[in-house]
Amino acid sequence: MKSLKNNYLICLISIFAICGCATTGNKAFKTSESQVELRSIQTRAFDMTDKKLMMQTVISTLQDLDFVVRKADLILGSVTGSKFLGNAVVAMTVTIRPRGEKQLLVRVNAQIGIRSVEDAETYQDFFNALGKALFLAAHKVD
Amino acid sequence: MKNFLKLIFIGIITCVFVSGCVSTPKGFLKLPENYLEKRQIEMRIYDTKDEGTIISSVAGVLQDLAFTLDDSETKLGLVVASKKADASNVGQKTIAFFADVLSAVGGTASNNMGNCDDVQIVKASVIIKPTLKDGNRTVVRVTFQRIVWNVNKQISKVETLNDPEIYQKFFNGLSKAIFLEANEI
Repeated sequence: MKSLKNNYLICLISIFAICGCATTGNKAFKTSESQVELRSIQTRAFDMTDKKLMMQTVISTLQDLDFVVRKADLILGSVTGSKFLGNAVVAMTVTIRPRGEKQLLVRVNAQIGIRSVEDAETYQDFFNALGKALFLAAHKVD
Repeated sequence: MKNFLKLIFIGIITCVFVSGCVSTPKGFLKLPENYLEKRQIEMRIYDTKDEGTIISSVAGVLQDLAFTLDDSETKLGLVVASKKADASNVGQKTIAFFADVLSAVGGTASNNMGNCDDVQIVKASVIIKPTLKDGNRTVVRVTFQRIVWNVNKQISKVETLNDPEIYQKFFNGLSKAIFLEANEI
């Protein structure tokens, strides 16, 4: 019986110790993928140089995917939009920057509610949609 | 006692498993099949290459519809605006009122009135750009979404507005605004 009491005491102390250590600030900086891996699933290079056209195509893609564009900046090359998924808000930022003289790098990051999306398949879906929009743009379809 | 501890242990393990299974939904960035139809609803082409006039007409029509401008990036032709509006529905309130009365008569407490829609914020995002084919005409594409709060100040509904009538109304207003701007009214 005494050992059972001791066990309880140890349990309680560990619970307090765990609770005491909880700082929530660093939770906001936690990622499950490595920085390089995350960049590789969120980034694609495209063989075009017209940044403005790329940004307008990204905006069209976001609109095709039901997003409402909230902010955009031509110099920074960023587009931010959001859409609803059930009761959750999906927020997305797309940045476009030149890579060398012949390519543009497009990087996307998405968040659902309080969770960051770190799943390669989801980003691939976005780039597939962007590919279709670029195809339409190349064929001069608005 | 041993059984009790075993039960707690199983409980903890289950909790760990359940929380470990939380995954982000997939497929929400897949292109919907009807995306080209959606473009037709959300888009109009105007026979002018004067983007500046169209952008100020867009701002004008948004003001006509009582929206306030939140953000803009004229180099890309983006205008973002929002509007707070009434979302209450007499039919919904009447049903909720009778449901509350019936449950009161039955001796139970309910607050259906509190769950009725009350206010909404509608967000609009408009893109203005030259046509890709010749650049001699201007394309305007608008998208709307809304957030609805109930009487208890809780968010009761979030959605993208897909009703073609709303879009038609916006573009009718825009055509008028372009005319008014051209005549400096």
